[in-house]
Amino acid sequence: MAEIDACGLDEIDEEDLLRFDHGGHSYAIYRITGDEVYCTDGLCTHEQVHLEDGLVMEHVIECPRHNGRFDIRTGKALGAPVCIDLATYPARVVNGRVLVDLP
Amino acid sequence: MGLMKLITFPMDRSYSLTGPEAQKAVAAGLANADWYRTPVDRKRLKALMQRADGPALRDTALWLGLLGATGAAGIALWGSGWAVPVFLVYGVLYASAADSRWHECGHGTAFRTRWMNDVVYQIASFLMMRNPVVWRWSHARHHTDTIIVGRDPEISGMRPPQLIVIGLNFLGLVSVPQSFAALVRNALGRLAPDEADYVPDSERPKAVRAARIHMGIYGATLIACIAAGSILPAMLIGLPRFYGIWLLLVMGLPQHLGLAEDVLDHRLNSRTVHMNRVLRFVYWNMNYHMEHHMYPMVPYHRLPDLHEAVKHDCPPAARSLWAAWREIVPCVVRQLRDPHHFIRPQLPPGAGAPRYGPMGQAAE
Repeated sequence: MAEIDACGLDEIDEEDLLRFDHGGHSYAIYRITGDEVYCTDGLCTHEQVHLEDGLVMEHVIECPRHNGRFDIRTGKALGAPVCIDLATYPARVVNGRVLVDLP
Repeated sequence: MGLMKLITFPMDRSYSLTGPEAQKAVAAGLANADWYRTPVDRKRLKALMQRADGPALRDTALWLGLLGATGAAGIALWGSGWAVPVFLVYGVLYASAADSRWHECGHGTAFRTRWMNDVVYQIASFLMMRNPVVWRWSHARHHTDTIIVGRDPEISGMRPPQLIVIGLNFLGLVSVPQSFAALVRNALGRLAPDEADYVPDSERPKAVRAARIHMGIYGATLIACIAAGSILPAMLIGLPRFYGIWLLLVMGLPQHLGLAEDVLDHRLNSRTVHMNRVLRFVYWNMNYHMEHHMYPMVPYHRLPDLHEAVKHDCPPAARSLWAAWREIVPCVVRQLRDPHHFIRPQLPPGAGAPRYGPMGQAAE
């Protein structure tokens, strides 16, 4: 794992997400409130739709195509049509920058 | 691909999800493809997607209240001529209105609170005689591959159109036996080949359990009819799916009927129709159908706002149901002798290029 400087905290609205592409892989970085940030794989496990246009509600991300829902903190799939959990990665804020640990 | 591809229509086309068209759709890059969407600013879209319980609580209370009131009135007036108009209204509320509740709650957008979506989804699925598990997956596929032949299980206007079947279905005469048979099949632990194509193995036990619960309720209704020596219990449960479904077809068939197949642009295969407030209550704004397909996470009560946000990029909406059907009827009649024929909506000047096929292939 390597810690990557992904973006500035102020680039993500509260209760929103940002797409982040790195090393040929796509991720989603979420900001809930303040410095509370998370990182998951960017593609929904149902039909590989990118989550970047999805809706963040508290700690849930909803896929924009079929409303498959995942817990952002754990990646847990919260019911049909998603059955496979989302991979998550450690994320933190340092000096206004979002750092993520990626493989 | 391009426009010429669209009008190259094989006469022996199969709409089965397990037939040759399914393989062709995958090979052509039409399955699980990237669809055109009118760009909407992220902040505006995020505002449109926000969930609320209030509108759906109000509308559901009104719906169930009217359903209960007309049902009670039907019982009270049973045996008199006054029961006829009362049951006509009850039937529409039962079958035609349930479809949009099934739909919106299946998407999980009607309410903000998840369990409210789930409860209304289960009720509406039962009223529509739909297996809630099977149809959840069916509808997911419909959104992935809208009107892609061989992929979409919810194409109601095939070519050439089965006008007799469509006509009979205004009273549910084909669709209800089919739906009931599907529930029986599911209750016996079996899925049809098309159902098996989109329902994951892990979901099948849930589908079987749901079908058995539905069959149990229908069985109890039958017993109640026998015990009472009357069809009144079935007039309240089950039979409305026949006599109350007509309005859904009037409102719902224009969603896609007569429009293009095998394109990746909802502006070409979906139709928005302006309707009055009463119909929009029954239909929960699904008349904004093209907008719904572009952005399915926008709740029904924000679809008029979404319409305003994208209409500059879309064909003009039909002014009324009458206008929509005046466009559709000549088209489907012509399709009887010319299955290649379909309606090509005119995009406004400056609209995004229509997407006829996968990205990277020429648009016309």
